[in-house]
Amino acid sequence: MTTVTPDGSPTGKVEILEEAVIRFAGDSGDGMQLTGNQFSDSAALFGNDLATFPDFPAEIRAPIGTLAGVSAFQVRISSNDIHTPGHLLDVLVAMNPAALKVHLPDLKHGGILLVNTGNFGKRDWEKAGYTSNPLEDETIVEPYHLVQVDLNHLTKETLKDTNLDNKAIMRCKNFAALGILLWMFNRDLEPTIRAIKERFGKKAPEIADANVAVLVAGRNYAETVELLDHTFQVDQAELEPGIYRNIMGNQATGLGLLAASKLTGVQLFLGSYPITPASDILHQLSSYKQDGVITFQAEDEIAAICSTVGAAYAGMLAVTTTSGPGVALKTEALGLGVMAELPFVVVNVQRGGPSTGLPTKTEQADLYQAIWGRNGECPLPVLAAASPVDCFYMAIEAFRIATKYMTPVLLLTDGYLANGSEPWKLPKIEDLPKFEVHFETNPEGFQPYKRDPETLARPWVRPGTKGMQHRIGGLEKEDGSGNVSYDSENHFHMVKTRQAKVMGIAKDIPAPELHGDSEGDLLVLGWGSTYGSIYGAVDKARKEGFKVSQLHLRHVFPLPEGVDKILAGFKRILVPEMNMGQLTNYMKTQISADYISYPKVTGKPFYNDEVLRKIREVLA
Amino acid sequence: MTATQDSPKGKLKKTFFKSDQEVRWCPGCGDYGILNAVQSTFAELGLERENIVIVSGIGCSSRFPYYMETYGFHSIHGRAPAVATGVKLSRPELEVWVITGDGDALSIGGNHLIHTLRRNVGLKIILFNNRIYGLTKGQFSPTSEIGKVTKSSPYGSVDMPFNPLSLALGVGATFVARTIDVMGKHMREVLKAAHEHEGTAFIEVFQDCNIFNHGAFDPIVKKEVRDDRLVDLRPNQPLVFGQDHDKGLIWDCNQLRVVKLGEADETGKVWKEEDLVVFDPSNPNPSLAFALSHLREVDEPTPIGVLRSIKQASYEKMVHGQIQGIQDKKGERSLEDLIYAGKTWEVK
Repeated sequence: MTTVTPDGSPTGKVEILEEAVIRFAGDSGDGMQLTGNQFSDSAALFGNDLATFPDFPAEIRAPIGTLAGVSAFQVRISSNDIHTPGHLLDVLVAMNPAALKVHLPDLKHGGILLVNTGNFGKRDWEKAGYTSNPLEDETIVEPYHLVQVDLNHLTKETLKDTNLDNKAIMRCKNFAALGILLWMFNRDLEPTIRAIKERFGKKAPEIADANVAVLVAGRNYAETVELLDHTFQVDQAELEPGIYRNIMGNQATGLGLLAASKLTGVQLFLGSYPITPASDILHQLSSYKQDGVITFQAEDEIAAICSTVGAAYAGMLAVTTTSGPGVALKTEALGLGVMAELPFVVVNVQRGGPSTGLPTKTEQADLYQAIWGRNGECPLPVLAAASPVDCFYMAIEAFRIATKYMTPVLLLTDGYLANGSEPWKLPKIEDLPKFEVHFETNPEGFQPYKRDPETLARPWVRPGTKGMQHRIGGLEKEDGSGNVSYDSENHFHMVKTRQAKVMGIAKDIPAPELHGDSEGDLLVLGWGSTYGSIYGAVDKARKEGFKVSQLHLRHVFPLPEGVDKILAGFKRILVPEMNMGQLTNYMKTQISADYISYPKVTGKPFYNDEVLRKIREVLA
Repeated sequence: MTATQDSPKGKLKKTFFKSDQEVRWCPGCGDYGILNAVQSTFAELGLERENIVIVSGIGCSSRFPYYMETYGFHSIHGRAPAVATGVKLSRPELEVWVITGDGDALSIGGNHLIHTLRRNVGLKIILFNNRIYGLTKGQFSPTSEIGKVTKSSPYGSVDMPFNPLSLALGVGATFVARTIDVMGKHMREVLKAAHEHEGTAFIEVFQDCNIFNHGAFDPIVKKEVRDDRLVDLRPNQPLVFGQDHDKGLIWDCNQLRVVKLGEADETGKVWKEEDLVVFDPSNPNPSLAFALSHLREVDEPTPIGVLRSIKQASYEKMVHGQIQGIQDKKGERSLEDLIYAGKTWEVK
């Protein structure tokens, strides 16, 4: 914890911190996601900058108290501008021994360890694989500031006069933990009480009352017994003025897709098959019925993309959402989309692979698949969102490119972006990108593959348009007429034309923004969700005096124009990525430079300090 | 392709639906008969060319869209029902037909077929069943009979075949029919009934592949045997067949059994037309249709015509009905409403 001398506050009572990283960990049934979200909301309302990241188990309901069933939620609150949910913890809340065992390694030495002793019976710690009570084992807890509270007892006592049964009472205990944390960080309970009432008030007012009572009891208990000899304060961050909301990446993607539909006036169609970690986009768009969104939960990944192809042909803004294994199944239909030159978007929320891999963990190892993973010469644009909020803008961008160039577009996000959240300064509607969609309706001289000379896009015709009946398909087409053609020269011409069309997009996309000076010893080059980790690391390294800058790609294929010139300003290029060097190798095929691959494939994102260490090591 | 001629209803010729592309099926292929029947039916129905979309998969039959002066999409192997579902859900007002074959629909595309049928998407699916893989030059298909000798089964196939009609009935199809490539008039009637149907219409067409499986259906469809080997299902009519209308089907011991009319059987019973099963394709209970689909081709009559036609709301109607209902209740939101939703706060 970085400490600053408190200014004007009671001496020794309140410590002012620049930031704090807090993790709530417990059993999947302990409500840790809700607790973490409530804490984050109160921090957002207070004016902190923040970033969150949940960590749920792959099993839906693993046996209670086991390591497999541990669910966690991490939030980093700061008085500075931050871009990641942080790495090592200042505070760990462990609701049971399993949560302690899984998450203790991430707690900083000297960090606060709040445990619910109500769940530390012999059977509980045995279930977590301990041979004795870990709280009594100095080799385990000695490095930390251990704070023990029997939250079960506290909750039961608080609610003993209610009509709730024991099970319902015990479900409230997470709010006791939240009450303690809100006290610890000197936060007002009011916004949280309002939120609880909003959430439970209508359907179950007695549950709302119970949660509020336990929340207050937790805070009062901590204050009365002076649980810590001092509390903490993380001041407001200097955020740009405006209206904010906290948003997760998947949510931002879903909203961006709908925004594209609203901006163009073309109806949105989603064909999708449930898959972790992409399903939330399907859920969200399925709830947008009032906005006319058609969602089709298909029988499989292939039907999901094929219905999307059909919808694009029918004149919709069509999208399919999935993760890596789903993209593998969609590959043939992607080729059809390239051949038929139809506009649609495929969102790949990447997860750990190969095969089923690590469904709930993050990875960026589908880049080769995105750029090169199809039969034949099959180029299509590949975009990658850089942050949870960026998912919104990249979803719009994906549709802009798809409809302007009549091509499928792959948008890559990942589990880290999908479930991570950050405050979003809401844009003015008039500042959103504008793009128009044109449907060809003039039969005069119409040919299905007659191309726009500038974009090389073929016309988009809605079936039902009189006098423009035509046939398309996966067989090679004669340019212009669109008739089936096996002519060898025509095939070569078409291969080159499809390639030229996609490569031409390079002129139509913004050059990536350089963070730092345009010349130096090292450029840290990234793509996708590593943006925040690299940003923070480069920032610190620059403060330490290193001549290092950051370049982040959101348009990965084709590369925007001018990237080669930017790269030329640096002696070496460091490429951190959550794979074995896929961007590095791709870049080698595009621009000659001295690349250093920095892979990490652990199912976890990069941390600022890891990237920072690597920068120091390279420049040592 | 760019003809803009209006379609005066009722006066159309089948050439109105003929595209400028040369038809490239093998001379003598059963596909020609089907193309003819579809073009004639569309003309008789007076359909607008621009409102028709024909989606196909891969296989000989799937070249069909190129020969039709309508909107067409020659997609990928087995996926036509999925592509067509996307089209129909997006644009329910369009008439969407799917052309597929026994390999395309029942092998690689089996999953899409069964789910399309259970959802009752408003597609008209014509399955060209020639019981062979033609385009890949002669391997056994999911409808080839046991023992079939082909390039990939030189010692005879040991794969149990599908019965497409039983399959469709089994997954809850709302319209199931069968017709034959050489019986143009019959086919046109079936196609018209399919056009009228709300939801998925599934039509199996026995189609001769004169190169790799020539004469596969001869034992039941040749002119001289046809009347004795086929039973043409007519709504609410007794199940009579035979050149002299002298045979029929009765329900006996939980199954259909063939009897000779006007003659005493071994028990001395003389069967009359009123003893026969009266068939009603609109019966929601599919048991009788299922029993008909299971008649043995070797020694029992093969049913043709409409086996099932029941009323059930189409999938696209349900989807759009739900959207409309919610829109009527809640109203559409502006982009601003959507973005500025949830818990917001202001930084000053």
